[in-house]
Amino acid sequence: MNPAPLVALVGNPNAGKSALFNALTGARQKVGNYPGVTVERHAGRMALPDGRPVELLDLPGTYSLEPSSPDERVTRDVVTGTQAGERLPDAIVVVVDASNLDNHLRFTLQLIALGLPVVVALNMIDLAERDGLKLDPQALARELGVPVIPTVAVRKRGIDDLKEALADLATPGATALRPSDPVLHADIATLQRRARQIAMAATISETPVRRWTHALDSIALHPVFGVLLLFVVLFVMFQAVFFAGAAPADAIASGFDWLAGLVKQVMPESILRSLITDGAIAGVGAVIKFLPQILIMFFFILVLEASGYMVRAAFLMDRIMASVGLSGRAFIPLLSSFACAVPGIMSTRTIEDEKDRLTTILIAPLMTCSARLPVYTLVIGAMIPNVRVLPFVGLQGLVMLGLYIMGVAGAFVVALVLRRTVTKGASSGFMMEMPKYQLPSIRDLAIGLWSRAEIFLKRAGTTIAFTTIVLWAMLSFPQVPKDSAVSQVNYSVAGRIANAIEPAFRPIGFNRDIVLALIPAMAAREVSVAALGTVYAIDSSSDDESKMAQTLKKRWSLATALAFLMWFVFAPQCISTIAVTRRETNGWKWPAFMVSYLFVLAYVAAGLTYWLATLAGL
Amino acid sequence: MATTPLSLEQLPQRQRATVAGIAWDRLTAPEGRRLRELGFDEGVGIEVLHRARIGGGPIACRIGRMTVALRRRVAGAIHVATDQLG
Repeated sequence: MNPAPLVALVGNPNAGKSALFNALTGARQKVGNYPGVTVERHAGRMALPDGRPVELLDLPGTYSLEPSSPDERVTRDVVTGTQAGERLPDAIVVVVDASNLDNHLRFTLQLIALGLPVVVALNMIDLAERDGLKLDPQALARELGVPVIPTVAVRKRGIDDLKEALADLATPGATALRPSDPVLHADIATLQRRARQIAMAATISETPVRRWTHALDSIALHPVFGVLLLFVVLFVMFQAVFFAGAAPADAIASGFDWLAGLVKQVMPESILRSLITDGAIAGVGAVIKFLPQILIMFFFILVLEASGYMVRAAFLMDRIMASVGLSGRAFIPLLSSFACAVPGIMSTRTIEDEKDRLTTILIAPLMTCSARLPVYTLVIGAMIPNVRVLPFVGLQGLVMLGLYIMGVAGAFVVALVLRRTVTKGASSGFMMEMPKYQLPSIRDLAIGLWSRAEIFLKRAGTTIAFTTIVLWAMLSFPQVPKDSAVSQVNYSVAGRIANAIEPAFRPIGFNRDIVLALIPAMAAREVSVAALGTVYAIDSSSDDESKMAQTLKKRWSLATALAFLMWFVFAPQCISTIAVTRRETNGWKWPAFMVSYLFVLAYVAAGLTYWLATLAGL
Repeated sequence: MATTPLSLEQLPQRQRATVAGIAWDRLTAPEGRRLRELGFDEGVGIEVLHRARIGGGPIACRIGRMTVALRRRVAGAIHVATDQLG
């Protein structure tokens, strides 16, 4: 049997390709990776009106067939049939922004010249009309010699017509490339002029109207109000993460407590029951609790991106970023890193300059990710007095804010140093298209959030569950003899390891329990809370959080607690971050460098904090 | 149509102009290519929409029907002719 025809979605950045992909495939999508490169492969399935299945491919947006980043190279290689692990598409849907034909048609001309069957989706036709632009799709189809379908992907308009047009084209194996077509060898300026002629022929009328985007930009890009607006947006975002996320997080936590209680009721006391309740349920629950906060963070980031505001934020931040040798583009990955460094590092792919990108990857872990939040919350809640220093300003909140600021300040200093040493090079540029403002569609947001939730839950179910179980085993074995005076923790494998390396951490005020919690924190930072929980649960059989806070108060000095917090500001990052860094930099050199410099930084910062706090008599 | 030789960097905000020429030799190869890809070409209508801070931040300009942000150094390499004296 023939495989389903393969159809590739291609187009300029900001043409609304992903929205069209979502509208065509719905939730039937698969995100993978191309072999050997770090470019995500977005594939999905859809059915043609006659019932035939089609495999749909969403290729990275690019301006031409001359690639300037790994993403753009994949697009070129797929449409020319030279990408490893991908067959030549049977048809191409070229997605163009209806209000930006001059520019998008140039790439369309190149794609048509390849020789594959082409349908043009004249997308965002509603925004073009809003801007006073009236187009004639038939005239455009005549000029280009291929079918043209007007669409509004975010509102799901024109989707059925597009499927009809594809049904006429997509026949597997019926295509051949025309590598000698003169258009493929024409220079950009010639193609651009031809594109402008065609755009003119397809334009019925153009009435200048007050453009929404310009009106909004005069506020969003304003030197004073724009910056204020950006801070308000960021403030609202962090407030939402911390406060709106708290209630569902508590609900999830009590759900897991209930589950553990249930297991304790139905199972007799045994080593297996301890494995299930103290190991698996307590460990995984401690992590899944953060799903609401992570999703709220991602919700904001997705909205900012889809609405077009993110590029404005990059514009405003470019000056500051330039002062440490980065570009405004680095702002987007760094902001995402507050949710999690893994997607943050992955989104550095849009940074063209290699040195610039590398620097951004290396400092991304310094942005306080949501996984560190539970650690901060627990330690601050237990050790910092809940007093108000000013009306509406609590000391606990102030310490929390201070930790975030420490991370950002550290990142800026590190970037400055790196750009003068290991990632030395000419200052990179900042050149970016600023898309029109747009109301994001609920469906696109839902699909985006769902795929993040899926990744997070998979991680919680695999890496995190595995490490907490291993840690539980290391803490539970060998079992202490009944009449021994030694505690279970000290007697266990983990306790012995921690006791052995503890002297190295004693100068910076860390006790054995902390060292013990740092080991699994390498797998995922949030596990250190679970780990402290496991350590104290096994030692004193108290497992709820307020009891844990009391335990901390008894065993830690304030100086130790502050040092521990500082450690986590700079702490060597989790295994997922190291793995994604290795993948994105193609080797072990940079992840090794990253771990080493962060380790040194964390040790020094924690040490300084401890000594200063001790001197101050805390 | 009166013309005054200006670079995009000096062009007053909201003053309509056309691209008169681009000093490609003052740009790196990737910068030049990206400029071309974004539609910067002789004879295309251009206008400065916004300038970020006085401290030398990037500028946002309309080129054709697109809005593009670029740094001042690159803007300095783009020569423009104003459509009318104003």
